Amino acid sequence: MATLETRDLHTHFGQVRAVDGVDLDVKNGEFIVLLGASGSGKTTLMRTIAGLEKPTSGDVFIGGRLANRLPPKTRNIAMVFQSYALYPHKTAYRNIAFPLQASHMPADKIRSRVTWAANLLSISHLLDRRPRALSGGERQRVALARALVREPAIFLMDEPLSNLDAKLRHSARRELKRLHRETGVTTIYVTHDQVEAMGLGERVAVMNAGRIEQIGAPLDIYRNPVNTFVAQFMGSPPMNLVLRNGTLIGFHAEDFFPRGRGPNSEDMEQLTFRVVQVEELGSEVLVYGYVAEDEREPPPEVLATLPTALVSGYIAEGAEYPFEVPRPAIRHFDPVTGLRKD
Amino acid sequence: MATEVLEEYGTRQRLLNSDRLLAGVLIAPAIIYIVALMGVPFVLSIYYSLSDVTTGGTDAPFVGLANFRALIGDPTFQQTLYNTFLLSGMTLVVVLVLGTIQAELLIRSFRGKWLVRFLILLPWTAPVSLSVIGWLWMFDSIFSPIDWSLREAGLLGHPGALLGPATNLYWLGSGGLPMASIILVNVWRILPLGTVIVLAGLNSIPREVEEQALIDGAGYFRRLFQITLPMMLPIFGIAVLFTFVFTFTDMVLVYILTRGGPANSTHVLTTLAFFTGVQGGSLGQGAAVALFMFPVLTALSAIVLMLIRRREV
Repeated sequence: MATLETRDLHTHFGQVRAVDGVDLDVKNGEFIVLLGASGSGKTTLMRTIAGLEKPTSGDVFIGGRLANRLPPKTRNIAMVFQSYALYPHKTAYRNIAFPLQASHMPADKIRSRVTWAANLLSISHLLDRRPRALSGGERQRVALARALVREPAIFLMDEPLSNLDAKLRHSARRELKRLHRETGVTTIYVTHDQVEAMGLGERVAVMNAGRIEQIGAPLDIYRNPVNTFVAQFMGSPPMNLVLRNGTLIGFHAEDFFPRGRGPNSEDMEQLTFRVVQVEELGSEVLVYGYVAEDEREPPPEVLATLPTALVSGYIAEGAEYPFEVPRPAIRHFDPVTGLRKD
Repeated sequence: MATEVLEEYGTRQRLLNSDRLLAGVLIAPAIIYIVALMGVPFVLSIYYSLSDVTTGGTDAPFVGLANFRALIGDPTFQQTLYNTFLLSGMTLVVVLVLGTIQAELLIRSFRGKWLVRFLILLPWTAPVSLSVIGWLWMFDSIFSPIDWSLREAGLLGHPGALLGPATNLYWLGSGGLPMASIILVNVWRILPLGTVIVLAGLNSIPREVEEQALIDGAGYFRRLFQITLPMMLPIFGIAVLFTFVFTFTDMVLVYILTRGGPANSTHVLTTLAFFTGVQGGSLGQGAAVALFMFPVLTALSAIVLMLIRRREV
């Protein structure tokens, strides 16, 4: 276990600034998520931390030690690639044992470590199989076991869930959280999926164009985005933005109520909602449309998620309704720079 | 009347739309080609090898395994067998080692890579007979440019010189040099193919697997012997097979360089078969020479292909 620090880290490929000045401070044992769209530099940042890419400038400290010039093998990091990168000619057992063999651990100790990791991930019955005889979820467990088996200082994961189907992804997410609780290894987790980021991260760093736009607790970022990029990227669905009186006002879909049916409060912003489409999903209803007061042409889409009980039989497609938003839930942004104004 | 036309049309349509028929038509030329130009001569050569047929007449009395028995006791044939394996084995080893080194070089990116790649592949593009004639001149007993270079460098041609006082080395004439020269030219010829095959193998290893091994703490040799080479084993199998097949079936090299000489010491199976069967006239003996290694080669190919399939990942 170790801390991780990057100071003004740059990794450029020719003219492309994949990582463009990143300062990151990860506490010992923390689970931090790098969230960003593809091309935002999150994977390059992780690869630079791993030592697979050389930083153009700036420093990486692992456990307080300057690691810029250390080759990957001496950084004591473990990594799970998106493709899992299992060794196809080795059985699951030999895959998991490989990092231990590389560190010249005695054979009986290797056996007990592999058994420990296999039990932790419930794959003891799969150890004789080659990767091609394993399912996607099983491969992912073998890759995780291989990463965990030698007690790394830092655990790097590059979208490890993206090759799993939706159901498996959900259970794997919970499993990752459990593993982190049980092992306590400092973890850096790269994803483009905000649901994963919200669910997994103790802190989330939202990346864009090689920089960290905002870093903080998931709910804090969700409620208090520093700019419109973060506001639109974090959370599913993203924050609604409406241009009114020359200012962008932002509010989440769950804070957008039909007049008089939301929280009982005087402090409400009144808006007119033109409904385009309604989706009834059982427990909640998704209402798509746009705000008539929006000063942009055409007005961008706005979404309301409402409990079914609240609107059952009330909202019709193509009609116009008075809606309201509690003022404390509203965030204000500069329409030109996109930065928060309040 | 009308229904008859319809039926006729239906049959034609059915024929035209039949996948089976189309498949048959498409594959027929290949089958005819293989049967007529390879199958028939092959069966014929098996029969010849069991008979006493000569180029002098049409009758071919059956003699059983007499031709083969005669070969086993023949010192020239023993030497030829030894030469064939020596040539194949040495070529294989050298091509695999040099091919892997060249492929390792070519997989990196550097300035002028296309030129290096072009030069490496060049021997493969030259017609075999022409390039071997080129080598024949290189090995000339008097005017060899190799000997000239050695003489100029002071390594040859004066008393106390490293390679002896004679003015020439006689590459194709004395001692073990003729076989060594043949191996050298064979390596020169097959190396480009070997390099390309190994390069394809290296390229087929996902970058992430290599990086994973780096992160797992494996050093260069552990990566080479535990990750890279095992993952390339199927490709090496192909390279082994190709080298063996090319070497075993080629006669141009020895035919042009030494014609099996001096004193039948550099024959390989193909040239011996040609000189015995066609030039010497005993077709039966020649066929026996050509077929002698057939069971061995078949077994070898089967084993290599089986290994490749088992290691496939």
